[in-house]
Amino acid sequence: MAGAASLRQIAFYGKGGIGKSTTSQNTLAAMSHYFEKNIMIVGCDPKADSTRLILHEKAQDTILSLAAELGTIEDVEMEQARLWGKGLFDKETPGGWINCAESGGPEPGVGCAGRGVITAINFLEEEGAYDEEGLDFVSYDVLGDVVCGGFAMPIREGKAQEIYIVMSGEMMAMYAANNISKGILKYANTGGVRLAGLVCNARMTDKEYDLALELAQRLGTQLIHFVPRNNIVQHAELRRMTVVEYSPYSDQAREYKELARKIVYNDMKVIPTPITMDELEELLLAFGLEDEVDESQVGKAAEA
Amino acid sequence: MQEVEKIVNGKDLFKRPEYQEVLKNKKQFESSMLAVNPAKVEEIAEWTKSWDYREKNLAREAITVNPAKACQPLGAVMVALGFEGTMPYVHGSHGCVAYFRSYFTRHFKEPTPCVSDSMTEDAAVFGGLVNMKEGLKNCAAVYKPKMIAVSTTCMAEVIGDDLMAFIIAAKEEDGGEYLASDYPIPYAHTPSFVGSHITGYDNMMHGIMSQLTEGNKGETKQRINIIPGFETYIGSLRSVKSIVEAFGTDYIMLGDHSDQWDMPAGQYEMFQGGTKLDDAKDCINSSATISLQKYATVKTMKMVEKRWKHAGGFSNPVGLKGTDEFVMKLAELTGTEVPSKLKIERGRLVDAMQDSYPYMHGKKFAIWGDPDFLIGAVSFLLEMGAEPTHVLCHNAPNGWEAEMRAMLDTSPAKDSLNVWAGKDLWAMRSLLFTEPVDFMIGNSYGKELMRDTGTPLIYIGFPIFDRHHLHRYSISGYDGALNLLTWITNKVLDQLDEDTKGIATTDYFFDLIR
Repeated sequence: MAGAASLRQIAFYGKGGIGKSTTSQNTLAAMSHYFEKNIMIVGCDPKADSTRLILHEKAQDTILSLAAELGTIEDVEMEQARLWGKGLFDKETPGGWINCAESGGPEPGVGCAGRGVITAINFLEEEGAYDEEGLDFVSYDVLGDVVCGGFAMPIREGKAQEIYIVMSGEMMAMYAANNISKGILKYANTGGVRLAGLVCNARMTDKEYDLALELAQRLGTQLIHFVPRNNIVQHAELRRMTVVEYSPYSDQAREYKELARKIVYNDMKVIPTPITMDELEELLLAFGLEDEVDESQVGKAAEA
Repeated sequence: MQEVEKIVNGKDLFKRPEYQEVLKNKKQFESSMLAVNPAKVEEIAEWTKSWDYREKNLAREAITVNPAKACQPLGAVMVALGFEGTMPYVHGSHGCVAYFRSYFTRHFKEPTPCVSDSMTEDAAVFGGLVNMKEGLKNCAAVYKPKMIAVSTTCMAEVIGDDLMAFIIAAKEEDGGEYLASDYPIPYAHTPSFVGSHITGYDNMMHGIMSQLTEGNKGETKQRINIIPGFETYIGSLRSVKSIVEAFGTDYIMLGDHSDQWDMPAGQYEMFQGGTKLDDAKDCINSSATISLQKYATVKTMKMVEKRWKHAGGFSNPVGLKGTDEFVMKLAELTGTEVPSKLKIERGRLVDAMQDSYPYMHGKKFAIWGDPDFLIGAVSFLLEMGAEPTHVLCHNAPNGWEAEMRAMLDTSPAKDSLNVWAGKDLWAMRSLLFTEPVDFMIGNSYGKELMRDTGTPLIYIGFPIFDRHHLHRYSISGYDGALNLLTWITNKVLDQLDEDTKGIATTDYFFDLIR
């Protein structure tokens, strides 16, 4: 088990395309800048886009691409794989610092991305990345659902203890959130991993807030923050920056600051109570996201 | 055919006419069907001895031929068998485990207990939790070990099985019937596709030492832990213990399999000897830890030095210089004079080395094996004025090549001495043809090299399947160095006789006294 006893390890999970990487980077940026937290970001997604806003880069070299290039993981040096944040997040500037690593993974359709996550995290552990002086938080950004043992690596014993699920008021995002809760439940029984809250990355759909709140309650957790939609996030992203850095006095920066505060002081970490598919369907129905199905019409083609 | 009253072994049996007939007839299914052109085979065989082929061979990246290393769980199994009443348990496919068992058994000529939870295709899809629950329970119920040490095969590693969570879950489900909550089940992830058997040794030793000592940190005791590393010479373990005991100091050897793989005839017991579990649980409170194999204990020693803050460090007691350093380290740690027993042993060794020096001096050697073994053995060769022309380490970790190079650079013959890190024995074959040596030092896998190149092989290393009892001897300490000296010198003398036995041609040097 690596790292100091005070080290908090958190993970962001959520459906692909929900804005996980953007939300996590903006939130972590706020935690670092406003609350002086020192953070290591570990991207666990073969897309490798979990750190670009912190580094002001397109995408950093991933641990696995470096290993592939050099022939073996043993030849990868820590300085190549783990980069220090730019601008506000540099070690030299006031406030907390952020450093970043991306696990990377194979080309689509071949190999095993889950094993890649294991390899990358083991590498960081062995090279002492978790023992960095002053490190307060490690944050894992994980793709999609918990599909296999490899993607569960960040929630294994001794790794992330707090899971934040990024979701929005859409059907598939809710499905995913519920599925991820099932994954957490599996590991929560034998380990210390807990669900720490839902982050709603708003799409501004109807009754979104109510729906997210309801799901959070059903899962036994909290809706830790409802992040409204704001184009400034995209503007910042075009410059490969977080909102906190791009426009520190904007409303959106304040939203991330608030979310950051809630995470830093979060004391509600639970074993989730995932719901059944039927219950989920009912919920969606109640909030008008799905229409009642007319059983007599199921399986019939459209009339000409 | 065999006669019941007079059974003969295959060597003689197949010389009989009826078998010769069969072998001859079989030829029609081989080369005479024009599948092979004997002249071409001959031509290619000759070409493989050339510099041209050597360049291609050394540049080879995509395939390993005749490897000089094994995989992680093998090392993990060795660690487990060095602890009192401990069953090595490999979470994964059982074919791998059959291999570990037969590999050790062929070397030590002793049974090797080890179990597996036999994961199959459904386990690969759904994860190995069910296997782990059943397996641990079965293992505890049937064999009643005092501890179960869990390692993994590639299969469990690729699907990412979480050992710690699985072990907790297995104990919970069992409810204490066979697996009490305090039943020691240390574990280590040992993916075979990473590192080699020494990496697995390191991981399992780290697992056992860190997990058994959890919460046991107390008052520091004047006591030395000794970690032998992947030691395949039973006698070496005993030599090291006798050196430490000569200092009269309290010590714990962590991972001592000397009794397990050297059982006397009589009633079979599954487990014998090994580090007492009470000692292992308390090893965190020793004042010092000495690892005898630096490259086989990287992770373990990092924990011991950084977290446990033990004195000690590394010491490789092979050869004169290596043993001197080990003895001086013990003298320093215990604050005592070097015991006269050791001074006498040392004196005898130095005397013997002087006797044999003229025969080993200037002889060229090719040698391969594990990184720490090579550091010790090459150091000894240099002490004897020999020239280690080719030093090959297939599982060379970072830093080893530079350390070996620096050692070779102390030799006057340094410019003709080569280090080959990460190369296999097929590469060694090319090296032997293009830059021949007088002798090879290595394991049984050098047998084909001996046949192909005609270079005499001195059996020192692991595994040794086709020579008996060598593993019972020591290669560590002053007595171990004397064994090395004996084996190597006598092979040199055997060869000298071989070269001078021609009647009335070379026998002017076929001397009675050497």
